[in-house]
Amino acid sequence: MDVLSGPVAGVFRAPDVDYHAFAPELVLVAVLVAVLVVDLVLEGRGRRLVGGLAGIGLLAAMVPVLTLAVDGANRSMVGGAYVVDDFALVFKGLFLIAGYVTMLLSSDYLADDDYYEGEYYFLLLSSVLGMMVMASSRDLISIFVALELLSIPAYMLAGWRKRDLKGNEATLKYYLLGVFATGVMLYGMSLIFGITGETVLTEIGSKLQGPGASLPLVSLGIVFVIVGFAFKISAVPFHSWAPDTYEGAPTPITAFLSVASKAGGFVALMQLVFIGFLGRDDVWQPMFWVLAALTMTVGNLIALRQTNIVRMLAYSSVAQAGYMLLPFAVAGDLAKGPGAAMGPMTTYLLIYAAMNLGAFALVLAVARKTRSGEIASYGGLFEYAPGLTVLMSIFVFALAGIPPLGGWYGKLVVFKTLLDANTPWAIVLGVIAAVNSVIALYYYASVAREMWMRPVPDGDTTPVRVPAGLTAALSLCAVATVVIGVYPQVVARFGDLAVFSLLP
Amino acid sequence: MLLNQFLLLGAVLFCTGVYGVLARRNAVLVLMSIELILNAVNINLLAFGAMHGEAAAVASQVFALFVITVAAAEVGVGLAIVLLIYRNRTSVDLDQVDLMRG
Repeated sequence: MDVLSGPVAGVFRAPDVDYHAFAPELVLVAVLVAVLVVDLVLEGRGRRLVGGLAGIGLLAAMVPVLTLAVDGANRSMVGGAYVVDDFALVFKGLFLIAGYVTMLLSSDYLADDDYYEGEYYFLLLSSVLGMMVMASSRDLISIFVALELLSIPAYMLAGWRKRDLKGNEATLKYYLLGVFATGVMLYGMSLIFGITGETVLTEIGSKLQGPGASLPLVSLGIVFVIVGFAFKISAVPFHSWAPDTYEGAPTPITAFLSVASKAGGFVALMQLVFIGFLGRDDVWQPMFWVLAALTMTVGNLIALRQTNIVRMLAYSSVAQAGYMLLPFAVAGDLAKGPGAAMGPMTTYLLIYAAMNLGAFALVLAVARKTRSGEIASYGGLFEYAPGLTVLMSIFVFALAGIPPLGGWYGKLVVFKTLLDANTPWAIVLGVIAAVNSVIALYYYASVAREMWMRPVPDGDTTPVRVPAGLTAALSLCAVATVVIGVYPQVVARFGDLAVFSLLP
Repeated sequence: MLLNQFLLLGAVLFCTGVYGVLARRNAVLVLMSIELILNAVNINLLAFGAMHGEAAAVASQVFALFVITVAAAEVGVGLAIVLLIYRNRTSVDLDQVDLMRG
């Protein structure tokens, strides 16, 4: 018998590749190879050049994202495993912009330190590439590969300051819990694959609507997969790595992890839950309910007693993830179908990205003078840096959800989803979320009180010098936060777009 | 049925791995426990793949190959981190890495 009979018989035909659909990723790959080569050739002499190249590369990758958005067609490749639709494009845009802002934050931070820069940008670009792939992945294998591509560089970036013990600890905790979570997620995926015999999410989705979907093994698989991603989005009780990693990592990377990496986890969860596990809302809905309630409450309560601003923002970002989980917890009860929960989540994520990146940019700017992360060191900031004080007030009050700054609109759409669901459980969750918003206001406002009302702790009122990159990042985030707050239609439109076209 | 035995082996390996991650205090042993979890995944995938027929078998083997490859990359980074900790502290005991309390 011919060896080549059976499934591999015949001439190998290369699959058709839609280069336009892959263009953003291809541009990014080209740039990150270029960054590596330029850094190798110049041996540290072209430090600025490498950073500039990486920044331009991120903006260049934005071009095909825009042309694809103008084109508007849904492109499905590799048997439905890789899809470029409006949902994917909205998030690719978010990841590129978040990556670019991180780049702006990093350039001066790195120049002050005595560490190599080339690899830093290479790793950052790799992580962004993983997120871009994640936004399009509609298959268990590609989701797994994208998750690793975004995580492994992030582990290394978290420990960038090699000789700093806190940096070591940050990367160790992030790595061990991250890898453990990946293992649990993979075990869940293997169970789901075992029952359905499919890896493409749409196929899994249709199998899980039919007979055999109610097997306990499927429930177990879904629970494991969600637990795996709960680590990524730092949902309580899987959040323990987040504050330590955020504190020990370089601050630009903290900003990147708290925004882009978290968004990556949410993108994967949305794809898995709303395409693959749609038929089993009896499993994931109560689970998300508990996760959301715990995440908001624990995050906010621990944030109350933090004295370090980075740790406070870390717990605040844990709590914010709780608000973002709310639509998941009621998705199955929505009259317009579970897909209606995706718009609010996307909207919240986009707004959160702007205000949280801004807050971390400001922490970086102030730390250039005070060399401290204590909230007490913000005392009297208004006396010597009124501009920064106003900006920080914008960011913290936006995070607290005070109109007319961006955050209120995110909260509004999320609460509206809870009311649309109109079940007793949804109302209870809404009450918990409302109480939490009040608790959160206390610690956000205490930062503002420190800046506006307290005296300068050491009497040193020399002005803070903010480098150009940081200024650009700050103004970008501040403008986005304020504009979204005043004209929320801007992000609402993106939220409406980001619904899968293939939902039943 | 034969499938059950493979799944049982997978489950035992997975549980051993989870126990190791939670109970072991030596960073290298924790890395080994994570490897056990990933191997449990591979056994599951291959056993299920063989059950579902040819197309699923190919998918499962591709999946398992990806898991093996990525796990190698992951452990590479993990050992580098452990080495870093050892250089700075001359110990890989995880209980001693507690400058910050989550």
